[in-house]
Amino acid sequence: MYAQMIKTAGTGVKSPEEMTEEERKFQARVDANEKIEPKDWMPDDYRATLIRQIGQHAHSEIVGQLPEGNWITRAPTLERKAILLAKVQDEAGHGLYLYCAAETLGVSRDELTEDLLSGKMKYSSIFNYPTLTWADIGAVGWLVDGAAIMNQVPLQRTSFGPYSRAMIRICKEESFHQRQGYDIMMKMARGTEAQKRMAQDAINRLWYPSLMMFGPSDKESVHSGQSMAWRIKINTNDELRQKFVDQTVPQAEYLGLTIPDENLKWNEERGHYDFSEPDWKEFFDVLKGNGPCNTDRLTARQEAWSDGKWVRDAMLAHARKKAAAKVAAE
Amino acid sequence: MTRDEALFEFCLRMGDSTLVLGHRVSEWCGHAPVLEEDIALANTALDLIGQTQLWLGLAGEVEGKGRDADQLAFLRDAWDFRNLLLTEVPNGDFGRTLMRQFLFDAWHSVYLARLLKSSDKRIADIAEKASKEVAYHLERSADTVVALGDGTEESHQRMEAALAYLWPYVGEMFAGDAVDAAMAEAGIAPDPAGLREEYDALVGRVLAEATLEMPESRFAHKGGRNGAMHTEHLGHILTQMQWLQRAYPGASW
Ligand SMILES: [Fe+2]
Ligand SMILES: [Fe+2]
Ligand SMILES: [Fe+2]
Repeated sequence: MYAQMIKTAGTGVKSPEEMTEEERKFQARVDANEKIEPKDWMPDDYRATLIRQIGQHAHSEIVGQLPEGNWITRAPTLERKAILLAKVQDEAGHGLYLYCAAETLGVSRDELTEDLLSGKMKYSSIFNYPTLTWADIGAVGWLVDGAAIMNQVPLQRTSFGPYSRAMIRICKEESFHQRQGYDIMMKMARGTEAQKRMAQDAINRLWYPSLMMFGPSDKESVHSGQSMAWRIKINTNDELRQKFVDQTVPQAEYLGLTIPDENLKWNEERGHYDFSEPDWKEFFDVLKGNGPCNTDRLTARQEAWSDGKWVRDAMLAHARKKAAAKVAAE
Repeated sequence: MTRDEALFEFCLRMGDSTLVLGHRVSEWCGHAPVLEEDIALANTALDLIGQTQLWLGLAGEVEGKGRDADQLAFLRDAWDFRNLLLTEVPNGDFGRTLMRQFLFDAWHSVYLARLLKSSDKRIADIAEKASKEVAYHLERSADTVVALGDGTEESHQRMEAALAYLWPYVGEMFAGDAVDAAMAEAGIAPDPAGLREEYDALVGRVLAEATLEMPESRFAHKGGRNGAMHTEHLGHILTQMQWLQRAYPGASW
């Protein structure tokens, strides 16, 4: 889940009596599974919440290039290098679709970028963890893209049209991302002793941060109740986390890897796996900026932006000159 | 030197240049000035690595010693690399990276156009696939060179500096040797010296539009295509690129 701890604007779900006429009509359209389009009337809080959510999702795609890009120059074969390049290129493309979706709500990509770089907006906590071995690239595809898919598949049905369409495009590519990750893990888990050790080490470090991607339990939160009523959140964090665990445990077993959780076991009665919660104190520390890579990730993006200023300025200046020359010629 | 030995060298020259440049371009991942450039650079690197698989795959086939593309890419040391020196110089700023890309793309497109008519069908087939990709690379890098050369005072100065730094690496593209002579004789590949005029015309047109002056000097650093003397930079590229294959010999990934 690339959008975590999104603060829903407003005061919680209103009863029909509390709503204005416009709000009632809007909610009826959402309830009827109609898509809300940018030109349609929408509550200010709906717009504000969506900007936060889509913006954070977009930022996550962009910052997410960094931990994977960290291994492109060291990929072990030409084919792996090509696949990783294709994947990271996709992620940048996802960022682009999402910024475009956010722009339809009246906020520019540059404004969102400034908010990311100033620390006002966040990106997913997962990208503040390092990729230390090649197995981490496998684990990121398998677990991180896997968790992202859990969240993004239902969001294809979200109420806001441009967001929904962006999700449909993104989901088409995400399954390839997860598959290539699992494929790397398979090679490692079936490989030499050193490779097996790398694979196990990767899951040891990335398992709990992956569970954190869904955010802390929100089943009692009035805010997420409102987001769910607006259909910009489809499932609770706990539902998605459970689904992720249920899907991933058999995959880990197939790989012969151990999930680092002594309490993990199948609960016949619930029909789900029981598992340990991640350390939420660590999660909040990461959100506050104290994850292992927060400073490096943000600095990398800030430098890319400031070092690139002369390029953006020059491209704009050139485009203006060209446009002026064209006008003069007419 | 037998014809197959020359052909092997030729394939390495093509594949090593695309490999090393692909590596350099991929270093930008996540650090480009705008998102569209991140995507375009990753796409260029991806194409170059794909071409590398074809060229080095053919090199291994021609050599006939059972080495595949990966073994050639990851298990040779610097002195066995045959890439153009231009491809291994550091990225510098975005302007230098794009100027290097343009100088390479221009050569690549002119050269591949000739290889389409190679007497060796395997080479003509690779050229056919690659030239479509390279046409797009060239269009993009030329447009960027024009925009940055013409854009602002600062960007103009940076592009001038990039051109001055990179120009001495251009001449190597056209310095033919015994390998080239053997290839030309067999109708496999053109004599590179004969392509300079077309190259200069193409590059000159774009530089003029970019308000940049084409350097007059024909001084050329050489030693990449024949492996006689690479820059200091190649060794560092290889320590990164080859790390896993060297540290865990025989593992399959
Ligand atoms: Fe993505
Ligand atoms: Fe992703
Ligand atoms: Fe992905």
